[in-house]
Amino acid sequence: MTALPTPPARRPRLWRRLPLWALVGLACLLSVVPFYLMVVWASLPSDQVFTFPPRAWFGGELLDNLRALNVELDGQVLRSFWNSLYISLMATATTLFFCSLAGYAFAMYDFRGRRWMFSFVLLTMLIPPLIMDIPSFLVMNNALGWIGTPRALWVPGMASAFGIFLARQYIVSALPRELIEAARMDGATEFGIFRRVVLPLIRPILATLGVVTFVGSWNNFKGALIMRLNDTEIQTLPLALRRLGGGATNVDVDWGAIMMLVLITVLPLVVVFLLASRHVISGLTAGAVKD
Amino acid sequence: MQDRLPLRPTRDAPKRWSYTRLQQRLAPYVFVSPFFILFAVFGLFPLLFSLFLAFHIWSPLDGLGNWRFVGFENFALALEPSDQFWSTLRNTVWIGLLSGVPQHLVALPLAYLIHTGLKRWQRGVSTLLFLPYITNAVAISIVFGVLYSERLGLLNYLRGMVGLDPLRWLGDPDLVPTSVAAVIFWRYVGWNVVLYLSGLQAISEDVYEAATVDGATGWQKFRHITLPLLRPMMFYAFTLTIIGNMQIFEEPFMLVGESGGAGAAGLTSAMHIFNTAFRDLDMGYAAAMSWLLFLAIFVLSLLNNFLLGRGDGGAR
Repeated sequence: MTALPTPPARRPRLWRRLPLWALVGLACLLSVVPFYLMVVWASLPSDQVFTFPPRAWFGGELLDNLRALNVELDGQVLRSFWNSLYISLMATATTLFFCSLAGYAFAMYDFRGRRWMFSFVLLTMLIPPLIMDIPSFLVMNNALGWIGTPRALWVPGMASAFGIFLARQYIVSALPRELIEAARMDGATEFGIFRRVVLPLIRPILATLGVVTFVGSWNNFKGALIMRLNDTEIQTLPLALRRLGGGATNVDVDWGAIMMLVLITVLPLVVVFLLASRHVISGLTAGAVKD
Repeated sequence: MQDRLPLRPTRDAPKRWSYTRLQQRLAPYVFVSPFFILFAVFGLFPLLFSLFLAFHIWSPLDGLGNWRFVGFENFALALEPSDQFWSTLRNTVWIGLLSGVPQHLVALPLAYLIHTGLKRWQRGVSTLLFLPYITNAVAISIVFGVLYSERLGLLNYLRGMVGLDPLRWLGDPDLVPTSVAAVIFWRYVGWNVVLYLSGLQAISEDVYEAATVDGATGWQKFRHITLPLLRPMMFYAFTLTIIGNMQIFEEPFMLVGESGGAGAAGLTSAMHIFNTAFRDLDMGYAAAMSWLLFLAIFVLSLLNNFLLGRGDGGAR
């Protein structure tokens, strides 16, 4: 083979790449600015969130606003936070367990009906969530009596079709069948294999699914609205937000407290996402591109 | 196989093996059963019940069993030209277009630029651009509400700096769809960039090199290599945008209130259905409208499939 002439090192000069940097930089900036503003506003005296000209630098009132928020929420800030956290953690733990279990079964067992069962799981993903709102309210209200309880939010989502699909795809590509066989030879039970061999090996996809489920559940506003989690005792953070800051913007309310609540609602999401962003982005898009 | 030496002492082998085989046979069914049980209770039954309700008049206050069959009356009512369902559908599609079209017009070139020019920074940039996607819609709508404030908001302040009159972002029926769409655009543009980036990564470098050897310009490469090879990803991204935008609820609900604000210009179909079901307690009518909206989503998805999808899309 004749050696190809090595192409001259073509690193575009800095000034030629400047517009590119500026453009992408601007996009990143616009993504981040509202987060920055949340923190700024949560730290301002509440009469200065709405001022003209607008304030864009931090104040020193974070704690005062937190205290004011607690008063606005009848002393239930922690309670609301816990409600959101409890529902999201329950949703995440159950989803991770049931979806990886089912995904493992679809990926590694040959059983009768596997094909059509899996097709059915995929088919259910096509149902728009909106269609389910009314009937699931009625199931909760008239059949189960779960209206106004946290259960109404996390139990229906314990095993999602998307989660099963994601887990199956990952297990098919990442888990060698020989490993399962080996464990079986060693006398492990079927569930034991799942718990001790499979679960530790599929951590990356569990991280993806975990964050997606946690974020989705934490952000579930319409569900909480429909299932009437309105009492201060059981309300989730989005419902508390709606109570304080809903509707048209009104200058007379305590904006420092509202922005503190905004911050409290958003901060856990950002933290959870940043901790696992690599898994989230690669895991989600791996589900999108086939093979 | 049967000639093989037994792996364990033969004494208790028969009993153990049959138990093992039984649990091996049953395990997959047990493992997949939670989904099917949950779906039966919280999916299939509600779905059928919703279809049933769409042909009846019923309020939850009447109690179970006290529904009145009305045939297609609910559907006919919603489809009457004067019914509010049409105007909400128009709002929904309009807000969906105003947010959805720019999303892809910005995300695709941006992803291409990042992919070709900033490979080393790709992960960091993706993370930042992805942040809006995971944020809380209610919280972010409140933040944008402050920015949109007519007298004291940042946007009108910036307009004032360049000598423009303040706008009534959330008070003018003509502006409300744009203002709502901007929030949706902000939330989802980064998600689409990330989708397109992963699509671009799947395209082999060899194709580009071959084109370079043949003397293709940058634009030609984008037009004749990148775009066609990205088509499956575009189809997927468009599908998600269509399905999501047709069900927009939280952003307008928070920005202009549950009645849709001035001229109800921000009242989407999802909000209208929500109000009809849970405020007016007219469950049958709301169920019928939700099925009509489902039909609209289905038709738009088909259209998307016709324009961008390939017959072999789902084949293995």
